[in-house]
Amino acid sequence: MQFSENWLRSLVNTDLNSQALSHALTMAGLEVEDMQPVAAPFTHVVVAKILAVEKHPDADRLQVCSVDVGLAQPIQIVCGAANARAGLIAPCALVGAELPGISIKQAKVRGVESFGMMCSSKELGISAEATGLMELASDAVIGQTIREYLDLDDHLLTLKLTPNRSDCLSLMGIARDVAAITGATTNFAAIAAVPSQIPDAKKVLVHEPLACPRYCGRLITGINAIAPTPAWMVKRLERSGLRSISAVVDVTNYVLLALGQPMHAFDAGKLNGDIAIRFAKQHEALILLNEQNIALKTDDLVIADSTGAVALAGIMGGKPSAVDVDTSDIFLESAFFAPGVIAGKARRLGLSTDSSYRFERGVDFANTRQALEYATLLIQQICGGLVGQVTEFVADLPARHVVKLRLSRLISVLGIPMPQARVEQILTQLGFSYTLVDAVFTVLAPSYRFDIAIEEDLIEEIARLYGYDHIPATAPMATMTMLDAPETTRHQSKLSDTLVANGYQELVNYSFVDESWERDLLGNASPIKLKNPIASNLSVMRTSLWGGLLDSLVYNLNRKQDRAFLFEIGATYLQQAHTYAETTRIAGLAHGSAMPEQWAADAKEVDFYQIKAHVDMLLGDGHQAKQLSYVQAEHPALHPGQTARIFLEGVAIGWLGKLHPKWQQHYNLNKNTFLFELEINALIKRQLPGYQEVSKFLPVRRDLAVVLDENIAVDKVLAAIKQAKIPLILEVALFDIYQGQGIAENKKSLALSVLMHDTQKTLMDSDADAVIANLLELLENNFAAILRN
Amino acid sequence: MTDLTHLIKQAQTDFANSASMNDLEIAKAKYLGKTGLLTDALKSLGKLSNEERPAAGAAINVVKQAIEAALAANREALLNAAQAKQLAQESIDVTLPARAQSQGGLHPVTLTLQRIEQLFHSIGFEVATGPEIETDFYNFTALNIPENHPARAMHDTFYIDEAHVLRTHTSPVQVRYMENALKTHQTPPLKIIAPGRVYRVDSDATHSPMFHQVEGLWVDEDISFANLKGVVQDFLQKFFERDDLTVRFRPSFFPFTEPSAEMDMSWNGGWLEIGGCGMVHPEVFKHVNIDSEKYRGFAFGLGVERLTMLRYGVNDLRHFFNNDLRFLSQFK
Repeated sequence: MQFSENWLRSLVNTDLNSQALSHALTMAGLEVEDMQPVAAPFTHVVVAKILAVEKHPDADRLQVCSVDVGLAQPIQIVCGAANARAGLIAPCALVGAELPGISIKQAKVRGVESFGMMCSSKELGISAEATGLMELASDAVIGQTIREYLDLDDHLLTLKLTPNRSDCLSLMGIARDVAAITGATTNFAAIAAVPSQIPDAKKVLVHEPLACPRYCGRLITGINAIAPTPAWMVKRLERSGLRSISAVVDVTNYVLLALGQPMHAFDAGKLNGDIAIRFAKQHEALILLNEQNIALKTDDLVIADSTGAVALAGIMGGKPSAVDVDTSDIFLESAFFAPGVIAGKARRLGLSTDSSYRFERGVDFANTRQALEYATLLIQQICGGLVGQVTEFVADLPARHVVKLRLSRLISVLGIPMPQARVEQILTQLGFSYTLVDAVFTVLAPSYRFDIAIEEDLIEEIARLYGYDHIPATAPMATMTMLDAPETTRHQSKLSDTLVANGYQELVNYSFVDESWERDLLGNASPIKLKNPIASNLSVMRTSLWGGLLDSLVYNLNRKQDRAFLFEIGATYLQQAHTYAETTRIAGLAHGSAMPEQWAADAKEVDFYQIKAHVDMLLGDGHQAKQLSYVQAEHPALHPGQTARIFLEGVAIGWLGKLHPKWQQHYNLNKNTFLFELEINALIKRQLPGYQEVSKFLPVRRDLAVVLDENIAVDKVLAAIKQAKIPLILEVALFDIYQGQGIAENKKSLALSVLMHDTQKTLMDSDADAVIANLLELLENNFAAILRN
Repeated sequence: MTDLTHLIKQAQTDFANSASMNDLEIAKAKYLGKTGLLTDALKSLGKLSNEERPAAGAAINVVKQAIEAALAANREALLNAAQAKQLAQESIDVTLPARAQSQGGLHPVTLTLQRIEQLFHSIGFEVATGPEIETDFYNFTALNIPENHPARAMHDTFYIDEAHVLRTHTSPVQVRYMENALKTHQTPPLKIIAPGRVYRVDSDATHSPMFHQVEGLWVDEDISFANLKGVVQDFLQKFFERDDLTVRFRPSFFPFTEPSAEMDMSWNGGWLEIGGCGMVHPEVFKHVNIDSEKYRGFAFGLGVERLTMLRYGVNDLRHFFNNDLRFLSQFK
């Protein structure tokens, strides 16, 4: 909310300077978001009248003016403005004036003496642009300083009000809070009822007393709709960010700003029959003042006449019944609409009006009639006319229940000592009435406070006026117990650290991605869609982190990087029958050379097994006892011959593979790119290490080579050996694979090292022979493998 | 019997002149080989009388021992020389750069999150998480923001469907955590932080549609607003490693806390807004069946990007999501 500081100061007697006032408001929860002077800090500028002009003898565009600046004698000023003319009243900077960027001195302009400068509004720093001299009203007092005349020693304050403080959506409300905060007194002029001069009244039928518990209306006939709005009102409206429109509209806006009561004026000549306040009927329509043609819903509260809806209650009036230049009779409305009825309705239409903004937060229902009287007074003063009788309807207004405040509770919630007398003082300053029994306050909040319903509301109010600044920062006293530290769960940072140690840089990409990434790269035809995406390429929730990694790769390659190892940890989102599943994943991308370019290593591109090593590291030692397998598989993003799906205990937990050549081409990548992605939950679980007896006897190693079909995955062979749990075998490892001379076509030779031990005795050759025979039998039975000679 | 002592000198010279092990072996043969000079002398002992033989034998032995000693000395010298030569050949330029694997790094936001977690862990806070696609209920209603409440307009919300949104803050995690704690018969004190991604429909130089928050919650029998200020101030001092940092609270409004405050931190002579906080609202306790007469709690929400920017002097929020390696690699 924006307003003039001077207007506020006219309502509250504070001696705080502008900075201090602004600080006090902010520290009391009425945050001053912005404070701007209305004009530059100039001096020596007065209201002046050009008495006569003559052409400059030596310059076509200049005129020599005789100017009355309120002194005994007129002064001579050379002026180049096109609108300088005899009779014009305009600001004049006298010799000695300091304007933004200019010092005014006595000078000769093309040989003619000039004793000052006639000014435009731009030169005074009042507006950003100006054409010609600033023209002032004919009743301006010649010689008065322009700062005084235009009330320029003022600031525009903008408050960022929280939704609970609807009571501060008016100058009166802010003044009231300033008084409460600072202890200053207020200057609210009493509003007297304007006596009716004619018996005319409009009949008002409130069909919805819960939605509209108070309604005041009054006819004013024979007004002058084109009467000019007085300058003081225009100025206050403008300094509140509102343009002057017409006297009647200006008055309703002014009362809204001054008292916080939204008003509406109908052209009474365009209303038919009685006024009804009711919910809209099916298929009812209304053209609003902003020319929006709306189809009303049956929960929209409307003001209607005998022909139908004429205004959307509390939000906006209708175009057909609007006041215009030909209006002579008006029907003025001041009402209280229940916040719950107005809330959300404007937003539904894509609107937020000053009126709806206030009604949905709560308008002072005790002030409805006063506001009507004030508006009547102003309209009659400006536009004349005859005042009719007030039609008032009152039903059950919102109740203000008493709220109990226990001093002990207040002290324990805030954690500071608080004397009872201080609480009493604050409640009084706030205008809350209370009774006090045994350190328990029973408080009744005024009608303008819609935010006092429970004890905490009062605690907050006491703290607010006591000053949050005065509450110390104290360390809590607490019972200390140690936190759980499950050893079977690894911290996620272990995973990041593993990748960082292997050269990967962590990224953070948006969780919403381009729909085409999901469809084409990941083969997901139905990703979760956002209803209101911020951009079309950020419209669906990702099911994989790869899109972002590839996008970031391209971004960096375009910035002259030629190698990138990237990773991200983040959620992925999957639509399920009636809900959405989220899985946190860790994904990596490796592109370019296996190692950074250097003298000590050959230039070699990343390959499958290098990245597989990184995936293995992520899986960690804790998984050795578990069943882990890489299974040849296919994925739309990956090279069909270099893709593994990763299973842990038979459950698919991720993928590893080379980017498919078609994507490599699509992204214009000229080096190998590998991708992997794993579920975090599968990785962070580990087994608690369990002791196994260490043999006193030395292990025995035997190497053997077996020949089997080349299509048999080595992983399966090793897994079968592991699973068979052949006695005495400690470890079987693959140390070579050979195909070529000496090996039949479509066959391969696997060289295995077999480590054996016995914890009870030294292993004899015959024992080792038996183990190897067992092993060979297993391999022969399962894989038709034969011992290579 | 001729005196053989001159052979010692001769052998010493021959050995010393041997440039290699091979030469040395040849020189050795000349004296100690099958037909060597000393061997011959020993063989000739047989021709002597029994009386002469012991003295002559002893004399030869003295010479033999001297020659063998010379041989051993020269053998060692040659070995040393050979080793020294090999070591010299194996010498490398130790100043050359190492065979380098590239060094990766964590995202600066992760560094901040880890730091936050570490600091709060040190006073007994556990980490809690919740979904990012959140129900309307947990994101708003359970936090005392009913349908049509004006506070909903303050959150520029991404909608998934009628009942689901992308969470606009990490506060729903408090509700979920408290609800779950009670289900598992865990009673206060409850102390958690909930870090994570949050989303708002807002994108410009100072707003990102996705950013990170850390929510903190402490529910206990005797926890106060002054304690909230104490914990937040302690955190900021430790996070920035500056004892002179102070925290200023300004009255504010959040439907799920009361009293509510904006938290400002003293910084370079001014104040910077770093988040919102307050005492848990009784309505929120009611939603999770915690007795608000018996227990009180405080909650706060910190902007992680903001803290990161201040900590490392980053001047543009957009750097965090552009993923430019020239930016990210600065945080190793």
